[in-house]
Amino acid sequence: MGEGLSIKQFVTEVKKGNISVLEHTEKILSEAEQSNSQYHYFNLIAREAALKQAGEVEASIKTGRNKGMLPGVPLSVKDCICVQGIESRAGSKILSGYEPLFDATVIERARAEGAIIIGKTSQDEFGFGTFNTNVGIGFEIPKNPHDIKRCCGGSSGGSAGFTALTKLTHASIGESTGGSIACPASFCGVVGLTPTYGRVSRYGLIDYANSLDKIGSMGKTVEDAALLLEVIAGYDSNDSTSLKQEKDDFSKIEPSKLKIGIVKELFENCDAPVKKECMNAIKKLGAKTQEISLPLNAKYGIAAYYIISTSEASTNLARYCGMRYGLHEKLEGNFNEYFSKVRSNGFNKEAKRRILLGTFARMAGFRDAYYLRAMKARTRLIREFKEAFSKVDVLANPTMPIVAPTFEAIEKLTPLQQYAMDLCTVPANLAGMPHISVPVAMQGKAPVGLMLTADHLQEKKMIQAALAVESACK
Amino acid sequence: MPEKNKKVDKELLLRVAANARLNLTGAEAEEFLPQLQETLEAFSKLDELDAAKEQPSFQPIKLTNVMRQDNVEKCLSQEQALRNTKHRKNGYFLGPRVV
Repeated sequence: MGEGLSIKQFVTEVKKGNISVLEHTEKILSEAEQSNSQYHYFNLIAREAALKQAGEVEASIKTGRNKGMLPGVPLSVKDCICVQGIESRAGSKILSGYEPLFDATVIERARAEGAIIIGKTSQDEFGFGTFNTNVGIGFEIPKNPHDIKRCCGGSSGGSAGFTALTKLTHASIGESTGGSIACPASFCGVVGLTPTYGRVSRYGLIDYANSLDKIGSMGKTVEDAALLLEVIAGYDSNDSTSLKQEKDDFSKIEPSKLKIGIVKELFENCDAPVKKECMNAIKKLGAKTQEISLPLNAKYGIAAYYIISTSEASTNLARYCGMRYGLHEKLEGNFNEYFSKVRSNGFNKEAKRRILLGTFARMAGFRDAYYLRAMKARTRLIREFKEAFSKVDVLANPTMPIVAPTFEAIEKLTPLQQYAMDLCTVPANLAGMPHISVPVAMQGKAPVGLMLTADHLQEKKMIQAALAVESACK
Repeated sequence: MPEKNKKVDKELLLRVAANARLNLTGAEAEEFLPQLQETLEAFSKLDELDAAKEQPSFQPIKLTNVMRQDNVEKCLSQEQALRNTKHRKNGYFLGPRVV
């Protein structure tokens, strides 16, 4: 029941009464629970709340009142997105026990369409990682569904892993700051869609870096991910960076062979097998192509991104001090001593590293040299993208320079080497461009993803191209 | 005066940590110092990029200021606002002593 069905097919069957929402919800909750001891995709499984919601949706279908786009569709949600009454920790010990009093706008919209929230998925602490190995203190590291010796990718690793593992109809709401949707989608072999910055409201998102964070969708197919985007996108007065936009029917887009720009530098820096599979996928597509060079993004993207993101993160994380929510300690010492104690006990290593890096980059005497310089560099990097989009519709490059690495290999990497792995995803994220990772091949047990990037608010073109790639690689 | 060329040493690291309200253990300081040095050195290649005359992009897309009428809107009740804290007294947050 519900196995192998796309969201659209599932919804049709649910509306006809051929699938029981309650039974389907029970089935996917059981799968989430049973697989969690081995794969660790969920930081929390919301059994009780999900079944309650499923009962309500089922009743509304029986009485013909349900007009939603996602009745009974199970959604998992990255831990950094607030769900009312459900512990939401962004993968960090410092948010232990925090139960939001409200739903994030994306959750409110998904629920209004009848979606069922089944749980909070594993992530690197606050999104600080490429492999989902930088989890908070006391959290488990998720394992790749294709090979448990390998990582899921990060930071939305639990979302990607469970989307790939389950055969039941399911999609996930993820979040990307520097590639946290595309990377795990690529490593787990699912579709990861990151919209234009501002397309989807960030209200209710536990921030990593405000000028970079984007909530997006993950699904088994481009159509599933596009449909979920359609539900969660739209202007929201609660988010001052939210964009005024027309309502788009992303789920009704047809595949189209647009002009594809092959990003020279991003291909050059990838492992040969990854490069080969991505080139093959583009060939199979049979679209018009042109080589595009993005030398500045390739050379300076990582540095600018990490300076900006850690600067913003270090200010965002200043709010965690053990007073109003999350981790508390015994009230001892003066405020400095108390705050320092809570923060030192609550953050894991990578969070501390990024807070230090960001605090340094913003400090008097260093601010102009690092933070401001990076913001100015960003202007040039965005311009380089804009010039590219005057020549082609969509840019293509491997999502990640490698396939999902083993945990053993990851342990040998220094933080800087880990940051360098974000080479292909960081430019689009820094520039706020919509991008999507589509699985195109398997390299042994490890999936390979092709990333397609479009200009600001050109999600339609991106989805057209992604549908064409998906169908060419079937 | 930019101190860009000043190398991050242990003293500076501990000053940054104190600013960020983090107590680093000896082992953490020892681990983080070379990592921070390596990262900053690699990122200093941004100096090569001629961007001095550019306007900084604090956001990736152009944003407009958002205003609303100064009307009272729905907000959390006092009880709700205090629901997630363990430290409260007489309807207020109870904090550590200031001095």
